[in-house]
Amino acid sequence: MSILVNRDTKVIVQGFTGKEGSFHAQQCIEYGTNILGGVTPGKGGALHLNKPVFNSVEEAVKATGAELSLIFVPPAFAANSIMEAADAGIRLVVCITEGIPVKDMIMVKQFLKNKQCSLIGPNCPGIITADEAKIGIMPGFVFKKGRIGLISKSGTLTYEAANQIVNAGFGISTAIGIGGDPIIGYSFIDLLELFEKDEQTDAMVMIGEIGGDLEIKAAEYINNNIKKPVVAFIAGQTAPKGKRMGHAGAIIAGSKGTAKEKIDALKKAGVRVADSAAEIGLSLNEIKHILIKK
Amino acid sequence: MNIHEYQAKQILKEYGVPVLDGYVASTTQEAVEAAKKLKSSVFVVKAQIHAGGRGKGGGVKIAKNFDEVYKYAKEILGMNLVTHQTGTKGKHVNLIYIESGAKIIKEFYFGITLDRFLEKPVIMASAEGGVEIEKLAEETPEKIFKLVIDPLFGLQEFQARNLAYKLGFNNNQVKQFVKFALAVYEAYMQKDANLVEINPLALIEDDKLIALDAKMSFDDNALYRNLDVAKMRDLSEEDSAEIEAAKYSLNYIKLSGNVGCMVNGAGLAMATMDIIKHKGGEPANFLDVGGGASPETVAKGMQIILEDKNVKALFINIFGGIVRCDRIANGIIEATQNINIDVPVIVRLDGTNAEEAAELLKKSGIKQLISAQDLNEGAEKAVEIVKKS
Repeated sequence: MSILVNRDTKVIVQGFTGKEGSFHAQQCIEYGTNILGGVTPGKGGALHLNKPVFNSVEEAVKATGAELSLIFVPPAFAANSIMEAADAGIRLVVCITEGIPVKDMIMVKQFLKNKQCSLIGPNCPGIITADEAKIGIMPGFVFKKGRIGLISKSGTLTYEAANQIVNAGFGISTAIGIGGDPIIGYSFIDLLELFEKDEQTDAMVMIGEIGGDLEIKAAEYINNNIKKPVVAFIAGQTAPKGKRMGHAGAIIAGSKGTAKEKIDALKKAGVRVADSAAEIGLSLNEIKHILIKK
Repeated sequence: MNIHEYQAKQILKEYGVPVLDGYVASTTQEAVEAAKKLKSSVFVVKAQIHAGGRGKGGGVKIAKNFDEVYKYAKEILGMNLVTHQTGTKGKHVNLIYIESGAKIIKEFYFGITLDRFLEKPVIMASAEGGVEIEKLAEETPEKIFKLVIDPLFGLQEFQARNLAYKLGFNNNQVKQFVKFALAVYEAYMQKDANLVEINPLALIEDDKLIALDAKMSFDDNALYRNLDVAKMRDLSEEDSAEIEAAKYSLNYIKLSGNVGCMVNGAGLAMATMDIIKHKGGEPANFLDVGGGASPETVAKGMQIILEDKNVKALFINIFGGIVRCDRIANGIIEATQNINIDVPVIVRLDGTNAEEAAELLKKSGIKQLISAQDLNEGAEKAVEIVKKS
C-alpha cells in the first residue's frame, strides 16, 4: 500500500465547511480519496459536498469509522483540533494549518504521547499516495506513480522535486510534506523507517532546509539503519543567520542549523546530496544502476 | 518579534524579576530628567536597539553625574551603532535607557529557549556571564548547565535550587535565584516567548541578584493572544521594504546581491537563491509570494524587488499547484504595464496551466520577458545576464 495511506483509507476533514476546507476537500474527493464526511462544531447534521457534517470527531468516527483526519482549522484552534482527533481514536492526523503557536504544539506533542495517534505537519502540504489517495493540498497530477518515497519540509519544493523525479523517468510511491514549523509530528526518521520496510519503495528522496537538527538526526539514522539509497537536498545555503526564511522553523540560530552542517552530515552518512534544487532528478539518475540491480 | 531591553525588563518586572530602576528617553532633556528621578549616584546610559554587543560598540556608558548623563545621551542618541550583530551598516539609535548604576561583584548567564529536538523548554545557565553564550558553548561547553523542563509541570523549585548550587551561589543567593528563575520561566511561558536571555544576571552589592540586561523575543504566531507584547513592536527596527511586503502577505528579506528572486513557497524560494549562487551569481533577496499568489501580489512583489537598485535581473520562479500559472502570467503582464521595469525578467512557470501561461507571455510581446523551461535554465539565464551588465 506504499506507506500510511491508500485508496481505502477512511478520511474525515476538520474545518470541513470553511473556505479552505471546502475547496481542498473537493479536490481530494476528485482525486479519489475516500472522504466520508467532516467536522464543524455547530453544523452537525448538515450535508456538505454531499457528505455528512458532524459536531465532533467522536461522532464522525462512530458514524463513519474514520481513521484519518485532515485539518484545515484556523491556527488559534488547530492544536485543540489535533487533540480532539487523537482523543477520538484517529490513527493519523494531517494538519495543514500554518501559524500554530509553538507553545500549543509543545502541549499537543505531550498529549499525543498517551494516544495511538501520529501526526503529519502542521504547516505542511499533506500526504499523497500516487493514484490512490491525496490527503492534503498538493497538485495531484505532478505525483505520477512510481517507486520513490519523497519526504519534504517544504510545499512547492516538494512539487518541484516530484516533477523532477517523474521527468527523470521515475515516479512516486508516497510523498509526505512534514512541515516547516519548529515542532512537527512525523520527522524524517519515522518516515525513512516506514519507506525502508515498504515493498513498493526502492529509494527515498528527502528535502530539508535550514533550522533545527532533524536532518542531522536523520543522517545518523540513515547511517545505522537504512539500506535503500537516499538522495537529499537541503535548501537555504544562502540564507542569512538569524532571519526566519518564510517557514517558522527555517532559522539559523547562532551558528546552529545551517545548510552546510546538514549537507556534511548527510554526505558522511552516504547520502547523495544534490548540489542544487535543479539536480534532484539528476542525482536520482546517478544512482539508477543501484535501483535497477535490486 | 523582538523587543528592546527596557521593554523586556518591564515585562519581567511584572513577574517579579528584580531589575534596577530606569526610564526610557528619546531626548537629552528626557535623559537628564530620568536620571534626576532615579535615586542613584551613578547612572548607566544604554542605547536601545535590537542587537547585542552594544557595550563594545560604544552604546553603553557609565555616567557619574547629570552632566555626564547629558553628554553621553547626546553622544548615543542618533548615533549609528555598529555591533557584531548589526552588520556593517549599524543601527540608528532612537531611544536610550537611563538606569541606576550598581556595583557588580559577579556576572552570570541565564537563558530559556525551546529545545527543538526534545520539544521542551530548556534553561541554560552559567557562572561565566557577560560573554556571548555561543562563544561559551563553543569554547567551554562544560561551563553551561542545561535544565530541560517538563512543559506539563513547569519549572519545579527543586530544579531551580539544584541549578543554583551548581552555579556556586550561597544560601541567601540560592533563595533569590529560585524566585528569579521561577519568575522568568513564568514570563517565558505565559507570553509565548521563544527566547529570554538575562546576560548578565548580576550579583551586586548587598548580596543581591539583579537582571542587569534582558533580551526577549516572541512567537509571532502567538501575538494575537499577547496584545501587550504586540504593542511593543518597534517598526523603526525593521526593514521598511519588509514591512511593506508583509502588508500584501509577501515574505520579503533583502540581501546584498543583484539577482532579484520572486518565488512561491518558502522552501523553493530558498532553493532559488541557492541555485543563483551555485551558478555564480548573488541573490538580491528572498521573496515568497505565498500559496495565495494573485496577479496583485505578483505585481507588488515585482515592484518591491525592483525598488532595490542593485537588482540587475529578476528571476520569477513559480511552481503552480493550487496557484495557476496563467493567473501569475497575467499578474506579470499587468505589472509590466503599471510599473517601470528596466531590467530583464526571466520567467519560469511550471505546473498547473503552465502551457496557457507560456502562451499568454509570448502573445504579450513584452520585450523584457525572457522565458525559461526549468529551474536550471532560469537560474543560468539570470546569472548570465547579470554578468554581462
